[in-house]
Amino acid sequence: MSIFDKLLEKPWLSNDVIATEPNTETPAKTAMLFFLAVVTVIFFLFTITFLARSQSADFQALSGEPWLPLNQSGPLWFNSGLLLLASISLHMAYTFSLKKQLNRLVFALAIAVIFSSAFIIAQLYVWQHLANAGYFIADNPANSFFYLLTAMHGVHLLGGILALLSVIWHFYQNIELSVLHARLKLCAVYWHYLLLLWLFLFALLTSSASTYRAIAVFCGF
Amino acid sequence: MTHIAIADQVDESAHPKTFMAKYIWSQDHKVIAIQYAITAIGVGLVALVLSGMMRLQLGFPDQFSFIDPSAYLQFVTMHGMIMVIYLLTALLLGGFGNYLIPLMIGTRDMVFPYLNMLSYWTYLLAVIILLASFFVSGGATGAGWTLYPPQAISAGTPGADAGIIFMLVSLAVFIVAFTMGGLNYVSTILQARAKGMTLMRMPLTIWGIFVATILGLLAFPALLVSAIMMMFDKLLATSFFMPAILSLGENLEHTGGSPILFQHLFWFFGHPEVYIVALPAFGMVSDVIATHARKNIFGYRMMVWAIVAIGALSFVVWAHHMYVSGMNPYFGFFFATTTLIIAVPTAIKVYNWILTLWRGNIHLTVPMLFSIGFIFTFTHGGLTGLMLGNVVIDLPLSDTYFVVAHFHMVMGVSPVMVLFAAIYHWFPKISGRFLNNTLGKIHFWGTFLGTYAIYLPMHYLGFLGVPRRYYAMGSSDFIPESAQTLNASITVSALIVGVIQLIFIFNVIYSLFKGKRAGSNPWQATTLEWQTPQTPPAHGNWGAQLPVVYRWAYDYSVPNVKDDYIPQNVAPDQVIKRNNENEQKTATDGHS
Repeated sequence: MSIFDKLLEKPWLSNDVIATEPNTETPAKTAMLFFLAVVTVIFFLFTITFLARSQSADFQALSGEPWLPLNQSGPLWFNSGLLLLASISLHMAYTFSLKKQLNRLVFALAIAVIFSSAFIIAQLYVWQHLANAGYFIADNPANSFFYLLTAMHGVHLLGGILALLSVIWHFYQNIELSVLHARLKLCAVYWHYLLLLWLFLFALLTSSASTYRAIAVFCGF
Repeated sequence: MTHIAIADQVDESAHPKTFMAKYIWSQDHKVIAIQYAITAIGVGLVALVLSGMMRLQLGFPDQFSFIDPSAYLQFVTMHGMIMVIYLLTALLLGGFGNYLIPLMIGTRDMVFPYLNMLSYWTYLLAVIILLASFFVSGGATGAGWTLYPPQAISAGTPGADAGIIFMLVSLAVFIVAFTMGGLNYVSTILQARAKGMTLMRMPLTIWGIFVATILGLLAFPALLVSAIMMMFDKLLATSFFMPAILSLGENLEHTGGSPILFQHLFWFFGHPEVYIVALPAFGMVSDVIATHARKNIFGYRMMVWAIVAIGALSFVVWAHHMYVSGMNPYFGFFFATTTLIIAVPTAIKVYNWILTLWRGNIHLTVPMLFSIGFIFTFTHGGLTGLMLGNVVIDLPLSDTYFVVAHFHMVMGVSPVMVLFAAIYHWFPKISGRFLNNTLGKIHFWGTFLGTYAIYLPMHYLGFLGVPRRYYAMGSSDFIPESAQTLNASITVSALIVGVIQLIFIFNVIYSLFKGKRAGSNPWQATTLEWQTPQTPPAHGNWGAQLPVVYRWAYDYSVPNVKDDYIPQNVAPDQVIKRNNENEQKTATDGHS
């Protein structure tokens, strides 16, 4: 029954237990979907403010010209690779939990935590690199947004790592494999989401001034 | 419908035993709801006192040495922020949402009880940070509840050093708390309803809370984003919102930021916030009116659709708060149009409440009085909203007392009327005892007439052009001497209304111990929360067996039925007909 059919029901007509379809969703999955919607709104709004601010006279994009620091985006590609590996290994962990291959599961979980932490450290390294090159947070709105958005993304990943560590702790407390499986699935979904979010931010933050101009014109800023 | 793990658990060992587990670190939605409610009402009383002090200055200028201009602005700001977010949002969703959702949809608890507990303690932390801001150097922020930059973080505004930081951090913490609670509410409503409880069999209270929670989840991020960016501007000298500015004769470091950007973000949160407060109130008042008029709610489906439509529309009206901030005239036209369109579903709701009352068997109980009072105050506030929604009317009235009177009627007094209706209505379930009726009626008439004595003249002051937020009016030609007399009378009314709330507090405490015992379903209501085996409901709510739902929430005064109500969990073959009373209900147990 679609949501529209449900909303068209005339509840005063029937006085019986209405047979409901078996519900395949779990509360945790529903909560995760809503949480991802919340995070999406947060970054959507950051993006809107970024695009609006990018049209001020004092905004100097960090990429687009040879001398700009993010024009050579090698380090950021490297970081993206780390996050991709973390995402893949979490997905593997999920599959291993499905096949009950516990040794491989432990290995994949460890790899996921290591790569995720490495991503955060590598992002901090990019910050240091920028600062050494003289691009400080308050110098220019483009710099401010770079630090702000990477920090916000990192905070979300840190939260994910804490959740993952709690899953691992429960794993050592011998929770049922089906429960572990469901939780790992949610972790994997969250990591894939953060990977996509990072790729979006990566594209946004390393675009050239003319790209921002085109998007802003298109959006009517 | 799936049932969560706790749903079928009747294991006695799972019930908390110690005092701490039962009442402090409780994961029971009912205890968490009461914790939320006590905290929200406590901090709300602080805000009430602040408004009293504000009124003292306005009614009797310069008579009180403890109210200097800075203190006055701090009172205004903290009063607004506390009332809107820390009282109304927290009490309606954290308090009533927590208490009513599991009981009304027939489940044992929220789907994530631990997260629910965490939500309350995070909320308490937000309140503590907020109240701590009174005591930091420079005091609380005095930027106005809208916290507009650049003045919110510029020297000269009270609390521009530490107070504003405490405010922003407190808001961020509050949003984290709300998100934890909100995820719980939507997941519980979508996944843990009792067997037979289809979406359209849910009481309107649950619909209101459900849609308001989704609004909150999608709107609070805008406040979070603006709080984080303003904090960066303040602490790290970035220029997201701060333009190049000369402050106290010195050029600040900022360049090129956009204060208007903040306003867009703030109101993208701020307008849905009105409905985050209003929708649960709409839902609860619908249920109170149907129960105390012994009639099914008029146009149930229309009521649900109106709630959903108002929720959706509330995201496309925000810039009507910014007509004077400078925007493209076409945008003004767009936002005026959407604003007027939102009046359509809202008017449908008001008509339906009145049509529910029409030829109903109206019991003028205290909850009913407050509900009818709400219809008055909400209609008045709504009509002035239609006026202010138009750009040409808004421009001269912006930032005058007309606006103050409008939003106090529509989202101050009105939700508070419903909150009182709800407290008088559900107190017998929460405590097992009635609130005192006589005190309740004194409380109602004092509050209802008192708020009119406050806000009706305030509209007139606004027409005169008296600006809001001013510490003193000075001598202005367009403000006659009589405006001052009116201000004094408003202050006296406000103080009286404030004191009358003490009767309510006394009534709650007195009735908790000495009130008349209520029994399990004193209002003879149909919804599930009144059908629990114990009153107040025990941990797990439903004893051994979860309820099964056979009908919608509004089977009042059904023809040819002995009682004038049929609870939602009564099977068709258990309904006692009027003419064969002695034959009694069939012996079969309907819980199949």
